[in-house]
Order: sequence, then structure tokens, then C-alpha cells
Amino acid sequence: MSRRPLVNALLVVAVVALFAVPLLLDGGTSEYGGTDAAVTADLEADGHTPWFESVFSPAGEVESGLFALQAAIGGGVLGYVLGRLRGRRLAQEKPGPGSPAP
Amino acid sequence: MHIAEGFLPASHAVGWTVAAAPFVVHGARAVVKEVRENPESTLLLGAAGAFVFVLSAIKLPSVTGSSSHPTGTGVGAILFRPPVMALLGTVVLLFQALLLAHGGLTTLGANAFAFAVVGPWAGYGAYRLIRAFGGGLLPGVFAGMVLADLTTYVTTSLQLALAFPDASSGLAGAAAKFLGIFAVTQIPLAIGEGLLGVLLFRVLTVNARPELERLGLLQPAPTTTAGDAA
Repeated sequence: MSRRPLVNALLVVAVVALFAVPLLLDGGTSEYGGTDAAVTADLEADGHTPWFESVFSPAGEVESGLFALQAAIGGGVLGYVLGRLRGRRLAQEKPGPGSPAP
Repeated sequence: MHIAEGFLPASHAVGWTVAAAPFVVHGARAVVKEVRENPESTLLLGAAGAFVFVLSAIKLPSVTGSSSHPTGTGVGAILFRPPVMALLGTVVLLFQALLLAHGGLTTLGANAFAFAVVGPWAGYGAYRLIRAFGGGLLPGVFAGMVLADLTTYVTTSLQLALAFPDASSGLAGAAAKFLGIFAVTQIPLAIGEGLLGVLLFRVLTVNARPELERLGLLQPAPTTTAGDAA
């Protein structure tokens, strides 16, 4: 059992390293602009213009706030579900070993 | 992977919407059926949707010097089969199109086809293939997550190439150009997403074992004590 948390922690470290290492090695020379925007810029450079505008275009801070909101909703729901499932398992383990739900 | 609002020619926008619509409608039915027949699935369905919500909000730096976001659609596809993700993925795209000006309503069909149809099916296919050849749950999850992510971006690139073929090098040249922007950036992100998927399923095998057994992801084991899943 004690190996499980260790492997989980190593997985987290691996994911963080996967994105942190390129940032560090890069030395701050890259812009890290979005690929979506890169394609849009490319198309506009070729003379293509959008024929329909977004119904609502949040600017600057509002946009980052809404992105944070999206992540918060997702993270909140995910955390709630995992917490409930874990609580259920712990409650089932208490009364006696074995006897999983039918 | 978003094609920005208004960029696809109208005929393409309509075409992709027509192509994606049956999948989304079928997906909505699949979600309703799952919740009605197995109310205990609601929690995990919520988790699958929430996973997509989080991952598609996070823009990550890549080795290519640009940034993009993972998709997260592999989790739900592996847990509940791909149709469910056709609905959940489209809901996420709609949120981003309406509130964030990412993607758009005219490009919703094309984006949904790449993100909510092709990605989940490809990821599910990779997962099933690994399992069919005797691979374990976690290797299957890793392959499924990576493929769901990558194929979404490959599909977006091909959709753009179809709409905007290169003047001199045609379709192939345009595909190479868009793949160069999208797919290359996405490789490390897809691997990171694969690792995150493995982490999530490691947690689920311990805490949601009954659900995973019922959904056929794990063999029902004659457990004497809970925990220590292989």
C-alpha cells in the first residue's frame, strides 16, 4: 500500500517537469502564444477575414477570469466526486473487511 | 484546436455541423440512458465532464515555444464509451464559444467533430486495442488519452487544410503547415495528459472499484480486503 502514494507523487512530478523543464531551458525567449491565435494570424496574413464575429468577446482580465472560472468549476466538481468516492470507500472499510456493495 | 469564429467558409461550417450533429444527438441520448439505467454513474459522468472542463481551460507551454491546451476527452470515452463525450465535449466548446470567444458558433460543428467525436473515438480505439492484446488498464488509459488528444489536433489541422489549401502546394502543403503549428506543439501535452489520465485512473481503481467493474474496465476480483489494485 505504501508504494501507491509514492508512484502517484512521481506521476505528478513527471507532469510538472514535462512543462517546467522546457520553460526553464528556454530562458524566456519564447512568447508562448496560443496555437489557435497562430493559425488565425496566419490565415489573416493570407487575406482571409472572418465573416462572423463572436457574440461576446471578453477583454484581458475578464477573459483570464472566465478561464479561471472554467478551471475552477471543473476542478471543484472533480474534487467533489473523488472526495465522495474516497469517503465511501473509507466508510465501507470501517464496519468489516470485505463485503463490497453488490 | 479551436478554429476561430467566422474563419471557416460557410459551406464548410454547415458541412461539419451536419457531420457532427448526429453524434451529439446520439451522445445526448447515451448520457440520458446511462443516468436513467445506472443512476450511480452520475458521479463518474460528472467527473469525466469536469476533467475535460479543467484540462481545456489550461493553456500549457510546449517545447515549440507556443502554448496549447490538452483535451481530457479520453477519460469519459474509456469509462462510458465515446458517444457520451460527443455531448460533454460539445458543452465545453459551447461554453468557450459563448463566454470566452474561443472557437465559435459557426465553427462549433467542425470543432465538435475534432474534439468531441474523432478524439474520443480514436482514444477509445487505442484503449481497446491495448486491452485486446492483453495490456493492462493503465497502459490502455495512457495510450487512449494520448491518442484522443493528438487526433483532435490532427483533425483540426486537416479541417483547416481542406478549407484553406495552399496556393502552390495544395492540400498536402496546407496540411503540413497546420500540422506543424498544431500537432508538433501537442506532442508533449498529449504525453502529459496521458500521465494525468493514469494518475486519475490509479485513484479510481482504489476508490471506484465497483463502478469500474460494472463498466467492464476491471475484472471483478474476489477481494478480501479493499485496495491494492494491480
